Amino acid sequence: MATKKKTAAKGAPCAVRTAGDPALDRELLHSMLLQRRFEEKTGEAYALGKIGGFCHLYIGQEAVSTGIIGQLRPDDYVIGTYRDHGQALARGVTPRAVMAELFGRIDGCSHGKGGSMHLFDRQTNFLGGHGIVGSHVPIAAGVGFAIKYRGGDQVCVCFMGDSVVNIGAFHEALNMAALWKLPVLFVIENNRYGMGTSVERAAAVDDLSKRADGYTGMDGIVIDGMDVHAVREAACKAIERARTESRPSLLEVRTYRYRGHSMSDAVSGTYRSKDELDEYQAYDPVFSLRDAMVLASTLTVAEWEAMEAEITHIVQDAWDFADASPEPPPAALYEDVLVDTTS
Amino acid sequence: MPIITYREALNQALREEMARDDRVYIMGEEVGVYNGAYKVSKGLLEEFGENRVVDSPIAELGFAGIGVGSAMAGLRPVIEFMTWNFALLAIDQVVNSAAKMLYMSGGQFPVPIVFRGPNGAALQLGAQHSQAFESWLAHIPGIKVVVPGTPYDAKGLLKSAIRDDNPVVVLEGEMLYNTKGEVPDTEYLVPLGVADVKREGKDCSIITSGKMVLVAMQAADQLAKEDIHIDVVDLRTIRPMDVEAIYASVRKTQRAVVVEEGWEICGIGAQVVDFIQRDCFDHLDAPVLRVHQADVPMPYAKGLEKIAKPDVAKTIAAVKQVMYRT
Repeated sequence: MATKKKTAAKGAPCAVRTAGDPALDRELLHSMLLQRRFEEKTGEAYALGKIGGFCHLYIGQEAVSTGIIGQLRPDDYVIGTYRDHGQALARGVTPRAVMAELFGRIDGCSHGKGGSMHLFDRQTNFLGGHGIVGSHVPIAAGVGFAIKYRGGDQVCVCFMGDSVVNIGAFHEALNMAALWKLPVLFVIENNRYGMGTSVERAAAVDDLSKRADGYTGMDGIVIDGMDVHAVREAACKAIERARTESRPSLLEVRTYRYRGHSMSDAVSGTYRSKDELDEYQAYDPVFSLRDAMVLASTLTVAEWEAMEAEITHIVQDAWDFADASPEPPPAALYEDVLVDTTS
Repeated sequence: MPIITYREALNQALREEMARDDRVYIMGEEVGVYNGAYKVSKGLLEEFGENRVVDSPIAELGFAGIGVGSAMAGLRPVIEFMTWNFALLAIDQVVNSAAKMLYMSGGQFPVPIVFRGPNGAALQLGAQHSQAFESWLAHIPGIKVVVPGTPYDAKGLLKSAIRDDNPVVVLEGEMLYNTKGEVPDTEYLVPLGVADVKREGKDCSIITSGKMVLVAMQAADQLAKEDIHIDVVDLRTIRPMDVEAIYASVRKTQRAVVVEEGWEICGIGAQVVDFIQRDCFDHLDAPVLRVHQADVPMPYAKGLEKIAKPDVAKTIAAVKQVMYRT
């Protein structure tokens, strides 16, 4: 019991801070706004040809990354999908390093070898964006396995899209995580579409949190993903359970992406209506927090404008930095295929 | 020097490396309580406990991925596939995750993992249980592919594989587990990427690996009775491949036959022939021939299976052909 108490105190930043705490609200707002403005700039850079390949924007989903990752300790782990820009930024990978990676430059967080879908950062235990749908879910369980193997009290957060629940790797990973009580938060970012196929058209059980029912000891939780406080509070509880009881959770965070699946997909596409998009945008995670803060007089218009200006500067600086960063030299082609074991 | 089986040699390698480094653990189907489907992990559960000898559910993709994630977080997993035929379910983790992680993270996340298990045909197991996947795996940059042919090499190569900071695939010959050979009881390693000349000869090179080393040695014994002396080059590691050893042998004998367990098309032998024609063309006195499995799924019927497999008779015939001694 003594161990548990000690662990809980060390790993529970959530318990001492509640919604309405002005400093906390400001942090959450800053994190979400940074992701929003960064992604808008990313869209511009893509249109200008500065960014190549596939590029999946996160706009609309900022409350998920902010509400969860912000509650972690530096020694915890985060692993994500190909829609990973927001997750990386929320984890503290610098905007410069993320933008330089998107530009395919040497100063990128993966030194230009990863690109949009494969952001990695050892410094912040950000174990990547992964491009194969669902393949990173067992990897997350493996990180949980390593934590437990060493008797640590870290947790691993695994972000995934809603389409992942229909993949075999998802079931295999959740089964072993529950069976072996691994400290992993499996976070489904249910933005309602796997590319252009709606959840209802892909999943036989479309209440995705219910998938947890198949695994004894795993909680399935539904969260309003447009409300950063709701996400944060649920995440805190799940993180605490993982840390102190080594119990995995399945969080279904209901969110929405404003942009298309990727840059090759129009904003509303053929698979969803403009009305639906408008409906979600009325509950925008960033602006609803801002409005609540203004209403509670914890944020003045001047403070908001100052935050906007600061973030605009950060994002422009990231762009300038990325633009100035060199391309990887030809010699880099053959580097890092294997760890050099000759030395 | 003690004479032990290939299976015992692998078991010794696992035991020694687990004792040496507590980050090393073994995971797979039946590796613990059952003592291993092929008994390679026999006794390890008793010695190291269930934390380090982990019986997984039948879920190759899942536990291979757990291995990758745990390696990214600092452990050194040995993932046993009951056979490489089943490992196809997990190939996404080998190819898309383990092999790519270091490169696409710009060098930040090495994946020190070993994927091992029996490979190739046994006897009358039918098409789904009788496949040799060397060339599939060797095609992928970012992994090393190891093919031990003797108990000595099995132990030394597996120990090196476990200590390597890269993903290493170890393809054990399913029919080799009971074969015996000398294995020192003192510490030794066999380096990855270094071939071994298993027999010296001046007339023709046989370049081979894994289970086919035995076939090549038997063929060489018989050919010696006809005064044909074979240089048997055991590659031991398919990727990286020791091309210098191939060149040295071919420049000496000026004739070569490549013997492999897998299929012909895009097989390992095709790669070896390419290396030889590139750098030893002027040394060759005959076209290089290949011995391999028939280009069919493996049949069950005993007679058909026999003619589908590469064997001693086919190897001898190929050697005689390149010697123009038919």
